[in-house]
Amino acid sequence: MMAPWLFWIFALLMLIFGAAVVINRNPVASALSLVVSFLGLSALFISLDAFFIGIIQILVYAGAVMVLFLFIIMLLDLRAEKLRRINWIASAGGIVVALAFFIQVSYVVGHLKAASQGFPPLPKSTGDDVRNIGLLLFTNYNLPFQIIGVLVLVATVGVIVLSRKESR
Amino acid sequence: MVTLGDYLLVSALLFTIGFAGAMLRRNIIVILMSLELMLNAANLSLVAFSRFHVDRAGLPNYNAQVFVFFIITVAAAEVAVGLALIVALYRSRQTTHVEDLTGLKF
Repeated sequence: MMAPWLFWIFALLMLIFGAAVVINRNPVASALSLVVSFLGLSALFISLDAFFIGIIQILVYAGAVMVLFLFIIMLLDLRAEKLRRINWIASAGGIVVALAFFIQVSYVVGHLKAASQGFPPLPKSTGDDVRNIGLLLFTNYNLPFQIIGVLVLVATVGVIVLSRKESR
Repeated sequence: MVTLGDYLLVSALLFTIGFAGAMLRRNIIVILMSLELMLNAANLSLVAFSRFHVDRAGLPNYNAQVFVFFIITVAAAEVAVGLALIVALYRSRQTTHVEDLTGLKF
């Protein structure tokens, strides 16, 4: 586990840049804030001794997803959006529903006994968690793993079909 | 001491930010980014619970981490398909603003 102040620094980093994704008017700035937010999130994963998930998070999001987002934003040449008439009823509804969700979750967490306990120490080092996850993935979760492979194949074919120029 | 509740609250806040973004923003690409934020907030609480349940051998519960692996894979596939849809939409309508896309409105 990490020192508590590191947890709060990375959590604040993640939340501030997550809010920046929503607040920024320029989509490029949103995409870059998304990457910083996910870097903070992967630091939190590593603070939970989930090294494999933390590394995968950086590789997939900073490496692949961010490049896709930026590529599409620049391909479509999107400018910062102009101010339009804001639909106040829809905005207020969105904020109210989001806040209601947060209040519900914090109520549940506040009444959860386990929530006020710290994490139990790990007697063994989990430096080989890639091995443990891999063992699970190829034994208990072998069928879902293969189905995920088919899903990725279908997504690839679907993207090619969608982005092909239509011949009329 | 950092407790399980701290991680759960941070994850709930991240989900709330993503949800508010999906409801408030009108740019489809930013809505897709907000969906990513929500998926990752769920991942954070899964990993926190995985670390919280230490078994007899002294290892965290790796089932949750396998779930997170699957979620990340599906999220990456979803982004690829979503962005291809946005490109196809932009080709036919020249916009990424949801209020200009009312073709399915009743």
